[in-house]
Amino acid sequence: MISTYWQNIKSAFSTSLSGLKTTFKHFVEARHVHKPVGISSPDYFNQDKGIMTLSYPHESLPIPDNGRYKLHNEIDDCIVCDKCAKVCPVDCIDIEPIRAVSEIGKTSDGTSKRIHAAKFDIDMAKCCFCGLCTTVCPTECLTMTKSFDFSEYDVDDHTYSFATMTPLEILTKKKELEEFEASKKKTQEAAAPKTERKADSEPSAEKKKPAKPVFRPRPMIKKKKDGDA
Amino acid sequence: MSTIIFFLPYLLIVVIFAVYGERKISAFIQDRLGPMEVGYYGILQSIADLLKLIQKEDIVPKAADKKLFLVAPILIFVIVFAGFSLLPVTSSWHGATAETGIFFLLAIVSLDVIGIIMAGWASNNKYALLGAVRSAAQIIAYEVPLTLSVLCVIVLTQTLDLQTISYQQGIWVNQVEPDSVNYLFGLMSIGIDITNVGGILSWNVVRMPFLFLVWVIFFIASLAECNRAPFDLPEAESELVAGFQTEYSGFRWSIIMLAEYGMMLLVSILGVILFYGSWNTPFPNIGSFKLAEWTGGLPGTTSGNILSAFWLISKTSLMIFLQMWVRWTFPRVRIDQLMSIGWKYLTPFALFFLLLCGVWRLLMI
Ligand code: SF4
Ligand code: SF4
Repeated sequence: MISTYWQNIKSAFSTSLSGLKTTFKHFVEARHVHKPVGISSPDYFNQDKGIMTLSYPHESLPIPDNGRYKLHNEIDDCIVCDKCAKVCPVDCIDIEPIRAVSEIGKTSDGTSKRIHAAKFDIDMAKCCFCGLCTTVCPTECLTMTKSFDFSEYDVDDHTYSFATMTPLEILTKKKELEEFEASKKKTQEAAAPKTERKADSEPSAEKKKPAKPVFRPRPMIKKKKDGDA
Repeated sequence: MSTIIFFLPYLLIVVIFAVYGERKISAFIQDRLGPMEVGYYGILQSIADLLKLIQKEDIVPKAADKKLFLVAPILIFVIVFAGFSLLPVTSSWHGATAETGIFFLLAIVSLDVIGIIMAGWASNNKYALLGAVRSAAQIIAYEVPLTLSVLCVIVLTQTLDLQTISYQQGIWVNQVEPDSVNYLFGLMSIGIDITNVGGILSWNVVRMPFLFLVWVIFFIASLAECNRAPFDLPEAESELVAGFQTEYSGFRWSIIMLAEYGMMLLVSILGVILFYGSWNTPFPNIGSFKLAEWTGGLPGTTSGNILSAFWLISKTSLMIFLQMWVRWTFPRVRIDQLMSIGWKYLTPFALFFLLLCGVWRLLMI
């Protein structure tokens, strides 16, 4: 009984002192501040003391080049093949294609563009940053960028539109297509467009492509799609 | 009584810097940065907070006892601030010349609990009431060791006047007590006269080395007295929202906060006066190096005033730092632990040291 009394006093003193020592050590070490270096830097694990806080808007950790953040579509290189929209597990890519009557140009890697993108919207609020869309993109125009800080006041502002066509252009292109279809029907009766699998293959002659080529994802991706559905 | 013109602005300035300091110290202890945005290194943060608090609405809960509710914070502050009236600022600028200075100080400071109970009761809120009841239990348990530890010092100094206690701990002791002699460690039998050496050697904790342990008791009890962690049961955030101040907002809340930091400052100054040489310099006279005289200044002269105020304020700041350091180190004690620390450990030891101090005093004369 009495011995526990003295032991209590002893342990109270020794534990209090070691507690005070610990906090004082941290107080003194607070003169060091962690530098904002990324995990790739050899210094990363050497900074084991001092202030850890990253005063974020003023400084930030470097983002690796393969960071998977905001999506960006280089619309000039997009052949509107719709693969990205199909593979997206959360269906946040919304594409409205208009078939062109002839080739409208070439992408920077030489693929011919035959479809106008009347609408190419990505709803980043829904996106789960899986990166599947960038993997399937045949022209590699859809990429993930290093920009991660894109919070908005309105959730609608999270929908990014990449299409550059004006309403008038859309209207004319639609009309052109209608006229073309009509005249084609007259001349050629049974020329149903064949499905084409490889949209990214060499410019395959003057064969017209359907607006939405049937895309068969590889089994792994297919499984993922089913799981999410 | 003219010290009010020093202590009122001093208290406000100390509170503003102590709040800032407390945030920074806690941040550094926890490897954080603390406030950084308002002003250089966040230095204006507490001023911004103060402005915010003053602008807030003065809310009185519907079921509260309105009169008591409104008066309580002001009562708490007035009581704490009344304690400052007795403290000396410099060697020639003393507080109220009450013969029973420290006795009055202890008496009036314990009244603080009345304001806290008033606040808790009038809020008509279970958390507030619980906080107030805890505060009452805590004050009763800690007033005893606090008073006993102060009594230990008084037994040695034989006076209740804070300014006389201050003079006794320096080289100017003969200005108030013409024929008193200070011996090393207070012991006459050693026979080393240090009346004119002064410095740290004449501080109470060196005159009677066991006073250091008495100071530990005083410090623990004073933490409980100011309701600071690890004894912040009356306002335990994690259990009682904010204890007795739960229902207060804006200006009235800031008054309570002011009183709390005021109490912290008060017990810090009191601890410095009683144990650590009050406004006296820590440097002793060594031979022809009259360090104590050079860094202490003759009482009554301008340099004497400035230097003694400097020593008092810097020692007090150290004490406040110590309180903050303790706060951010230890977790809160349980109510039963609090009671057993108070009654089973601090009080018996304070009584023992009181006896020891009585014997020591016999050896001093
Ligand atoms: S990253 Fe994934 S979720 Fe986001 S748009 Fe691409 S496929 Fe859809
Ligand atoms: S997969 Fe690439 S090329 Fe195809 S529609 Fe999407 S972004 Fe355009």
